[in-house]
Amino acid sequence: MASITMDDLHKVYAGGVQAVTGISLDIEDGEMIVLVGPSGCGKSTLLRMVAGLETISSGTLKIGDRVVNNLEPADRDIAMVFQNYALYPHMTVYNNLAYGLKNRRIPKSEIERRVREAAEMLEIGAFLDRKPRQLSGGQRQRVAMGRALVREPAAFLFDEPLSNLDAKLRVQMRVEIRQLQKRLGTTSLYVTHDQLEALTLADRLVVLNGGVIEQVGTPMDVYRKPASTFVAGFIGSPAMNMISMDYLRENGAGGAVDHLPSGTDLVGMRPDDLVVGAGPEDAVTLKGHVVLVEPAGAESHIYVDLTGSKQPITVRIAGLPELAEGAEVQIHALREALHPYNRETGRRTDTDAAHGPTSVSRRSHVGITS
Amino acid sequence: MVENNRWGNIFAHLVLILGVAIVVFPVYVAIIASTHPPGTFVRGVMPLWPGTNAWENYTTVITEGRSRAGTPPIGGMMWNSFIMAMAITIGKLSISIISAFAIVYFRFPFRIFFFWIIFLTLMLPVEVRIVPTFQVVADLGMLNSFAGLSIPLIASATATFLFRQFFMTVPEELMEAARVDGAGPMKFFKDILLPLSITNIAALFVIMFIYGWNQYLWPLLITTDPDYYTIVMGIQRMVTGGDSEPLWHLVMATVVLAALPPVLVILFMQRLFVKGLTETEK
Repeated sequence: MASITMDDLHKVYAGGVQAVTGISLDIEDGEMIVLVGPSGCGKSTLLRMVAGLETISSGTLKIGDRVVNNLEPADRDIAMVFQNYALYPHMTVYNNLAYGLKNRRIPKSEIERRVREAAEMLEIGAFLDRKPRQLSGGQRQRVAMGRALVREPAAFLFDEPLSNLDAKLRVQMRVEIRQLQKRLGTTSLYVTHDQLEALTLADRLVVLNGGVIEQVGTPMDVYRKPASTFVAGFIGSPAMNMISMDYLRENGAGGAVDHLPSGTDLVGMRPDDLVVGAGPEDAVTLKGHVVLVEPAGAESHIYVDLTGSKQPITVRIAGLPELAEGAEVQIHALREALHPYNRETGRRTDTDAAHGPTSVSRRSHVGITS
Repeated sequence: MVENNRWGNIFAHLVLILGVAIVVFPVYVAIIASTHPPGTFVRGVMPLWPGTNAWENYTTVITEGRSRAGTPPIGGMMWNSFIMAMAITIGKLSISIISAFAIVYFRFPFRIFFFWIIFLTLMLPVEVRIVPTFQVVADLGMLNSFAGLSIPLIASATATFLFRQFFMTVPEELMEAARVDGAGPMKFFKDILLPLSITNIAALFVIMFIYGWNQYLWPLLITTDPDYYTIVMGIQRMVTGGDSEPLWHLVMATVVLAALPPVLVILFMQRLFVKGLTETEK
């Protein structure tokens, strides 16, 4: 077990493409860090640099106290779970787990013990004599995890390990990965493009965009105070609505936004923070008509076109609304639910303020443990 | 077939039977011919039913050959052919799988250039370069030797190319997983790539073995010592050697025997081949 320290890591591919541009990050011992971002944001490249599968163009990478920049993957004391599992097709499950240990010349009895232990932990004991092709997707996923587990490494690296599973299995495996990681207390770096996976798994979340870090923080911090319009749009589903300050002023909501810091010209509102109906005096009130109602079981998403603007916004409400498509509606957001941004820099305008988070989602008080 | 058309079925089978008959008939004639006494063929009528001399003919070719015409007993020639075919096959397979491994998994200068050089040799069959090759082999003193019989035929662009194509379909993550598991390039090759290539190796083994076994022109050129005669050129010598009429019954017995090893290789390899097909997955 060890910490991972990245200091100004760069990755430049032959041909000059910058995949990772100056990433510095300290991962504490036992922490579960999730790298999240859209495709092409450099998250996989960064993970592979830590794994040793990509060379590091510049910067320093430390695992524990060792600088590992030029070490082979096998010498970095890490274990990796691949997206497509990368199980050795011609070996039995047992041999798949044991292969890395055999290469390390670990005594047979010790290999046997570790494999049995991992198999029991992952409930794959019954399949040890089978070949990977005789297993289902979920079972293969477990074998891939087992292969990482038996190594007892300083850090686990996960490269989108759940993206080949169906939705139900994905949720189940997500929970299991989290439990396992907590139980073992092994430092983990997990790459995903799924913001929900990121929010639920992470001790700390790293949002990447275009090879740079947009924001680092606990999932709830990131959710409650997205540092940039990019993070605001990426974390949370449906995505945060962005309404221009000009529109708000012109449509009579000016009084509710005048207190926002200077430089604010975009105001973000989460779909969960929008409420149908008139609000209190100092709330931001918007008018529009319903374009589409999307029932999603326990909740519904209402798409509203704002009056005097073609901009669609999304409102999330519990249950099924009694609203027909085409109906005129009023929606409001409380002052505390506003996220002020500057369009040009893309950054939040109230971050320098020392008085802590100003925008608190109504629901987010529940279950914050970080 | 979804439709179960009786007449359609019968027709399809007739066509298939006709096709098989055309292919099998010459083989049948060869087998029949090898069972008749000498002289049957001089009459100019081909018998279509087995004769009575099978045992005698086969023991003659195996134990005596046509010593007077300079053809040794075929046992020795079969053995020579076998050694040559195996040397060519194993040599081709090992060289081409190693070069494909190098081309696919290592980044070295002029990698693509070397690949194309290998690929270019595909377009030059043995016959085209046979004179210079003969000169080289003669200068190296490899005439009348197994080395001379097999080494010039070992380089194989076809097999290299096929292995390269196969390696490129092996997911890169397997190699990366092996790296994380502490397997160096050679260990990866031995523990993962080779076992995955078993089907390809089996298929190429069959093709290459038959290729080697059926070599005719090359052995004819470089062997003058009967100790190194191969069976395929031996047949030719049997037909043309000697003053008398070709002894067709003996020639045919030799032909049948010469065809056996490739058939055995196919039968044996096919099992491995099918097994590999059903049990491997990338």
